[in-house]
Amino acid sequence: MTEQTLSTPGSARRRLLQINPVYVLLVALLVAIVLLNPAFMEPQGYMNYLKRAAALAILSGGALYVIVAGGFDLSVGAMMTLTVIGSSMLASNDPNSTYWIIPLMLGIGALVGLINGLVVSYLRVPSLIATLGMMITLTGVAFVWSGGAPRGYLPDTFRFFGRFNITGVPLVNIFPVAIICLVVFGLILWWGMHRTNLGRMIHAIGDNQRAARLAGVPVERVRITAFIVSSMSAVVAGVILGGRAGVSVDIGSGYELQAITAAVLGGAQLLGGRGSVPAAMAGALALEAIFTLLNLLGLPQPVRQVVQGLILIGAVALAMYRRKRTGR
Amino acid sequence: MKKLVMAVAGMAVLFAGAAQAQAPNFDDPAEFAKQKAQLTGAFNGPADSPWLQYAGDAMADTAKFKKDGPWTICFSNAGVNNPWRVVGYTDMTEEVKNHPEIGTFTHVDAEGSDDKQIADIDDLLAGGTCSALIVSPNSTAALTPAVEKACASGLPVIVFDRGVTTDCPVTFVHPVGGYGFGIQAGEHVIANTSAGANVLMLRILPGVDVLETRASGARNMFKEAGLNILGEEFTDGDNAKTKSIVEDYLQRGTIDAVWMDAGATAVAAVEAFEDAGVPVPVVTGEDQQDYLQKWKALGFKGIAPTYPTYQWRTAIIAAVNTLKGEAVPGPEWVLPQPAITQDVLDQYINEKMPPLHYAMCGCEGMPGYPEAWGGTK
Amino acid sequence: MTDTTLPAPRRSGFRFDRYASGFLLLASIVLYVGLVVVSGQTKYLSVDNLVSILGRSITLGITAIGQTFAILVASIDLSVASLISASAVVTSVVMNGEPSMMLPAILAVLALGAVVGLINGLVISKLEVNPLIATLGMSLIIQGVLSAFYNNFAGKVPVEFQIFAYGSVGIVPYSLIFMFVLAGLAWFVLRFTRFGSDIYSVGGNKDAARNAGIKTSGVIIGAHVVCSLCAAIAGLYLASRLRSGAPWIGAEGVYDLESIAVVVIGGTILAGGRGGIWGTMAGVIIFSLIDSIFNVIGMDAFVKQVVRGIIIVAAVAFYAVRSKRPVS
Repeated sequence: MTEQTLSTPGSARRRLLQINPVYVLLVALLVAIVLLNPAFMEPQGYMNYLKRAAALAILSGGALYVIVAGGFDLSVGAMMTLTVIGSSMLASNDPNSTYWIIPLMLGIGALVGLINGLVVSYLRVPSLIATLGMMITLTGVAFVWSGGAPRGYLPDTFRFFGRFNITGVPLVNIFPVAIICLVVFGLILWWGMHRTNLGRMIHAIGDNQRAARLAGVPVERVRITAFIVSSMSAVVAGVILGGRAGVSVDIGSGYELQAITAAVLGGAQLLGGRGSVPAAMAGALALEAIFTLLNLLGLPQPVRQVVQGLILIGAVALAMYRRKRTGR
Repeated sequence: MKKLVMAVAGMAVLFAGAAQAQAPNFDDPAEFAKQKAQLTGAFNGPADSPWLQYAGDAMADTAKFKKDGPWTICFSNAGVNNPWRVVGYTDMTEEVKNHPEIGTFTHVDAEGSDDKQIADIDDLLAGGTCSALIVSPNSTAALTPAVEKACASGLPVIVFDRGVTTDCPVTFVHPVGGYGFGIQAGEHVIANTSAGANVLMLRILPGVDVLETRASGARNMFKEAGLNILGEEFTDGDNAKTKSIVEDYLQRGTIDAVWMDAGATAVAAVEAFEDAGVPVPVVTGEDQQDYLQKWKALGFKGIAPTYPTYQWRTAIIAAVNTLKGEAVPGPEWVLPQPAITQDVLDQYINEKMPPLHYAMCGCEGMPGYPEAWGGTK
Repeated sequence: MTDTTLPAPRRSGFRFDRYASGFLLLASIVLYVGLVVVSGQTKYLSVDNLVSILGRSITLGITAIGQTFAILVASIDLSVASLISASAVVTSVVMNGEPSMMLPAILAVLALGAVVGLINGLVISKLEVNPLIATLGMSLIIQGVLSAFYNNFAGKVPVEFQIFAYGSVGIVPYSLIFMFVLAGLAWFVLRFTRFGSDIYSVGGNKDAARNAGIKTSGVIIGAHVVCSLCAAIAGLYLASRLRSGAPWIGAEGVYDLESIAVVVIGGTILAGGRGGIWGTMAGVIIFSLIDSIFNVIGMDAFVKQVVRGIIIVAAVAFYAVRSKRPVS
């Protein structure tokens, strides 16, 4: 596990082999979708698809921070739910409320991430359990806050980010705001992970905590930051999903495992040390493409589950095989 | 991986063996006809208080349960895990306040698990403080032994919503039923489309009795009327998924009607048409405020069959009457199940209520209305 | 978790973590009795009620015994909930009300459990897929296959088989006795057999165990077979209790996450190698007591979720905070 992330010089063929398989998978899936449904080539088709995938892609990019740092964050789905329920409670149909609600929700997200990080770092509770507890607690808080059913609507200004399409754009005609959010937050998350000292330190503590500590990395602070990034991207994902779908009490449930699945499809190594934001986001897009493809094939829900399970195991098994063969 | 595939195939063969013969019957023509008749039939009792009305004349004698107050009424609840149940449970707690003879109202919540609900009923019986037990079963067959055990302990038991397969309870309170819901929505779709029209059926999940019968009722009618069923899709009650499904179908062709077995995601389906810039066709829903308001605002051809939440009030009333020794409709107390149509739409819309408030709550006249249900005056 | 050099366990002095689960159990008993007395509901202090409390969580208890094996060997099993559903359905479909089919049904269910455990173990040890992903994938596959064939309660168990859940010696149900016998058996295996000590060695330090000549793959596979067998037995019990099986009964009981939570609350550490069965049983009883406490004080359905989440984290923090391991 002492691998370096330096790119080794090599032939073009070798470089080709080093392409993350998730991109190949994604392209293959998209080609399959187009073959089955040529209407997907129309802007309405692929824009809808990207709009749909935006929330999960941002969430996966954020969740990757915790995964690379060597932990899990199971509380992100509940954080999304809390964002949607809390915003609808606070908005009380006032369109201007959006401008303070979103920053407030980001603040709550940061606080939740901080608590997760503190519990893991100082109470030494394994992150799986700490964030499982947080997941149950946050779901409960959303229920207590709303009394079990949504109590308000999200104003159109709030739903703008997840629902609105800019029309009359040359070439594509429609352009969903959600895709702009996807690109902007994708770039921020990529920059934070791959272009800053923070990103390097996250990789370091995920790779070998003791070594990182000896090298002077402030392990606790870095880990807490990773949890904060994860929770805050859950808030962003919640805003987009709530915008797209409207209010419901279980809107975020299941997203925590999908985010981990997406990161794993993108080649992230569970328990830390390795992972790429663009690949995790491509993993999310691939996951959404799988669902779209299975829909198109008209396969019933149970078959979708089986396929998802096989792909999950297959992707990781393949990654382990490659890693072994290339001698890491 | 090969092993895995083979093992899965092996398991599949194992299951396939006795698969078909076991399926419970959700397509019962006799029950369909009975419910169809009840929808338009006469109900006894005051017309302005549908939660007190009942079909038929059979009454259950409760003299042996007569008891002096104050009573402890215990309620084993399957869960408050969806907005329908939240509204219903609020109806119930407000109804409890109408009866000073009820000293204590004990509520235990099984969080949607059969296993837990059986244990909860055991707990209540072991505590030995209940004067009467109300059960809203999480599933029919699984809760039957627990209900039988409660009956055997001498307690008067009232069951409502989903039933049990024993007639030992004093009465089983429920509205007309799932076929009735399917019929109301199905008739509306047929009346507003022509033969050959494309209908998309959206369902929450398979396997729930009251939902399966809604679908089977409507499906038969569509086939008979010569409509083309585009597909039956399960939404898991998830707005985002509902929207995706409708978007995908829209991309592949036209949709003339969307039939839904429950209304919580109806607005998401309507929004999919709005966002695609396509006129909203016939979309059936349920009595949720958000759907009723969307229906009014956009003026599409809607209908809201109901599964009235006022049955939660009736359960308390049945328990109270039983403990007073008064006869109650039994062994079944069948409540009316009206549908909200265009001509009465306005009287059910109340913009001060939460989006997923169920308008057919029979609660407008209760002292706690509307605050207890999350609304504002 | 990538560190391989663990601090040597303290051999002398007071072994806190060994008794921590006992303290937690004692605390919850005191709390329960206190609340019952304070609220004047002393009717609850009866032997009847004690049995009812202990009998609350038989399904969870049997599952958790198996989960203890998986976690001790530094693995985890998320497929137990789906397997419980599958076993319950197989039980009721094969029996189909016929007493003569009881034995074939039980054998079929145990075979199913063994096969699932074997596959889990093979995928984890041979393909080196992260256990979380491997068993999550398995869970999706089982659930998918199951719901492809069944979408409701299917078949029924004969009255003779319902004795498993509803029969009793005096007031003590057979199922309760069965659970404790199973726990005793598990304790014996872990404490006195070669397989048991290998589980602790492999869970504590896989590389060292391999160097010491232990066939680590075999041990991991064995632990998973035990885990899946227990889940299959839990499915048998649940079918007997519910008189039939349906594809959702495992998921609705959240037996996957709850079994992990009780094992960890019982003092078995997620990193593997330390803990035991009696701690797990204490964890199960603590969960039952918490449920009963909620019922006695009539806690609001939503507030109790918040409290439960906090309890899980606090209980684990109670001893994790003293651990010297690097956190994950």
